[in-house]
This record gives sequence, C-alpha cells and structure tokens, in this order.
Amino acid sequence: MSQIQVDARGLRCPLPVIRLAAAAQESAAGTVITVLATDSAARHDIPAWCRMRNHELREVSEVSEVSEVTEAPPTDAPLPDHPTYLRFVVVLRPHGPNASGGGTSRARWSRAT
Amino acid sequence: MTAIEAGWADPRRLYAEGRAARTLLDQAREVIADGLGVRPPEVSFMPGGPAAVRAGLEGLLYAGRRRGARIVATAVEHSAILTTGRYYAAQAEDPSWFAEVPVDGVGRVDLSALEQAAAVPRTVVAAVQSANGEIGTRQPLDRAHELCLARGIPLLVDAMASLGRDPTPSHFDVMAGDARSWGGPPGLGVLVVPERTRWRRPGPVSEIEHGRTDVDPVVAIALAAAEAWHQNEATRLDEATRSLAIIERLRAAVGGLRDVDVVGDPEDCLPHVLTFSLLYVDGEALATELDRRGYAVGSGSACNSSTLQASHVLAATGALTHGNIRITLPLQAIAPNLDSDVDRFIAELPAAVAAIRSHLGASGL
Repeated sequence: MSQIQVDARGLRCPLPVIRLAAAAQESAAGTVITVLATDSAARHDIPAWCRMRNHELREVSEVSEVSEVTEAPPTDAPLPDHPTYLRFVVVLRPHGPNASGGGTSRARWSRAT
Repeated sequence: MTAIEAGWADPRRLYAEGRAARTLLDQAREVIADGLGVRPPEVSFMPGGPAAVRAGLEGLLYAGRRRGARIVATAVEHSAILTTGRYYAAQAEDPSWFAEVPVDGVGRVDLSALEQAAAVPRTVVAAVQSANGEIGTRQPLDRAHELCLARGIPLLVDAMASLGRDPTPSHFDVMAGDARSWGGPPGLGVLVVPERTRWRRPGPVSEIEHGRTDVDPVVAIALAAAEAWHQNEATRLDEATRSLAIIERLRAAVGGLRDVDVVGDPEDCLPHVLTFSLLYVDGEALATELDRRGYAVGSGSACNSSTLQASHVLAATGALTHGNIRITLPLQAIAPNLDSDVDRFIAELPAAVAAIRSHLGASGL
C-alpha cells in the first residue's frame, strides 16, 4: 500500500482539494494520502470531497508546531511558516458506481435542457 | 413617495402633521399584524430584521434572568443569534451559556439534541428559525415549540427568510422578521411579542413601539412595508407555485453538472432558494463571472466573505463550502422576466463553471 503526502499549507480554497484530487487521480485504490492544509475551508471541504468521491477519511487532526516548544517564545520571535495546520488522512477506494462525474451526469444534463 | 409626503412628521407630536403620521403608522401596524395573525399591540417595528431578532433574544433573556441565562440555538441560525449567544458566553467566561444544536445533512435541527439542550438547567430561551435563508430548509417549528413548552422555555422564531414566501409561522413565543422578505423596503424589522409571552427589554423604559425599542420607526418605511405586504398577500400562492417550478428547473439543471453538491432539503424547503457547491471551483471567481454575465447570486464560500470564513450553515450541514452559489429568486413584481432569465442562466452556467475549472487546472479531475 503506497503512501503520498500532499502539502497544501498556505494554499487557499479550492486549491487544497484540487491538489488532493490530482494526487488521487494518479494513485491506485488503497493508497493512503496525507494532506496538510492551513486554509480554514479545508476542514469542511476535504471531508466533503471524500463523501462526494466515495473515499475514506480515516483521520483529521490539528497539528500545532508551537505546542511542541516547551518554553513560550517571546512575541517578536520568528514563528514557523505554518505554526498550526490541519492534517487529513485519506484512503482511496476503488472507483465504484458512487463515484460521481462522467457519463450519467452529462446525460441528465442534456435531458434537463 | 406619497408615504414620505404624508408621513414625514413625528408621530409622537400632537400637531396635525404628527397626528397624521401616527394614523399612518397605526394603519401600517394593523396591516402587518393582521397578516401575521396577531394583534397590533403585539407588533413592534424595529430598525431591520437582524435588530428585531437580537431584540427578541435579549428581551427573553432579560425576562428570564432570575431563572438563568443559557441560550440554546440551532447551528444554522442567523449570525444575529449566534454572535449574540457567543458574546454572552464569552462575557460570562462560561461556554455552557450558549449551546449550538447540531443539524443533519440537509440542515434540519436534530430534535432530540434540541430536547437535551433545552433540558439543561438555567436554559431560558431556545432559538429556531422558520427556514434557512441560505439553503432553504424548513425547521419543524411545531415539534420544537412542543418540546420547549413542555420545559417552560420560550421559543424565539427567526422568520426573516420565510415571511411572505411561506405560510406565516404559528408556533412561537417571540417571532422576528424582515420586510425585505416580502418585497418591502430595507431597514424595517418586525418583532412580534404575543401578550402571553414574558418578554422585557433590558435598559431604561421606552415608550417607543410598545416599549420594545428606543429607535423611532420611519413612518414612510413602515407604510411601504405594509403596502408591500398587501401586494405580496394577494399573489403569494401564485408566486410560491411559480418560484417552486423555477427552482425545480434549476435544481434539475444544476444536479446534472459534474461534481456538484446541492445543499439543503429538496422537498421541505422555501420555494425560492437553491444553493449548490461545485468541486474545484473558486466561489468568488464564479460569483464574479456570473455577475459579469448579469446574474446577482450569493456565495457562502470563504473567499467570498469579509472574514474569509466559510458559511457556518454550509459547515454545519457538512456540505462542500468552496465553489458555492446561492440563488434567491426575486418576486415577480421585481423581476417580470424571471423565466427567460433563468433559461439563459441554465444555458450559461456550464460554460462559466468549465472556464473556472480549466483555469484552475482541474478540468480532468
């Protein structure tokens, strides 16, 4: 089972989800993708992407690099680039009938017009 | 214009112009009260819908101050409720003073969670909206009111999204609305406090609007709101049927787009609201592109808000928050060409979406 990391820290929505989707497209079912993101919308949108594309969201956690420092730094000390960020662990499922996109939706669209 | 000419004077003065303004204000109140199914003294005009909602909440809190100060509200309430609740909890340095009750995937309140939250001692008010203005989902006010009544907790109903579009709520202890929802002017809120409800405005005693505000209503705006209610009442059923048909047409078209998350309850919802989110689309870019093509749509995406936070309603329902578009249909009186505008919108939307996806390098994902 392969593992990939997508570092989307510093990117604004919808880019973190686009990076995740691009990584997923090139990966086989069972691949574990870890996504790091600082954009607040990622908290909602990566779980929503997993639901819409029928992939498993195994874990969501908030990582704080500041908390690992034992002594509080003075306020004017340089902070790490991303002192806190979100970490998502996504496990790709095979593209089943629930995966959206492509043929059927297009057909529904043509009928609606 | 006539309203401004006739109602310019101070309705509290005793000269002829003042008395004329008072008469007009009373007439406006009678029209609105009659439409809402309550008595005129139970209706107060406030400076806007959110101000009415906040005043409704604060008066219930103050009236219940000897029993406690805990507020219970659904997670999809208007920010007038949520920010006020969070403010009081922060002031008290006790997060339990404000409880947000979760909603399901379509944005409907979890009634058993509401019941549990309302059962916590020192709870003095529960806030449940009639329907959500962002995603259209209606709330089960009858059952919410029943479980609040059983615990002696007053139910505050924010009807800002539904008045004039949906039947007027009858299950509430205090109700607030906004004249804009029935096609009235901005700057007029309505606060309904039935006689049976224990409600008291904090602060010094006021003689304005039955003591429920210290801001005099603008008579001309109140008159315009009453006139709009008259017009709206006459066409409400036709309007709802027509809006619903257009929304269904839009829902079918939008549902056929690739990678779309249509938000809210598709059945039990307001007849004029449709919200959807598109994967790999920047909500601000899409709203701007649609604006360029002549469509004024809303967006709950983070990039479209001043705070850079995604809409709390989308977040609470677990919906995709990026690429979000909210369509609120105007009333027929305001948009006579709505049907053909919607046809054009349906025809243009796929290209606008495809252009943004391709710009973001997300076409084949």
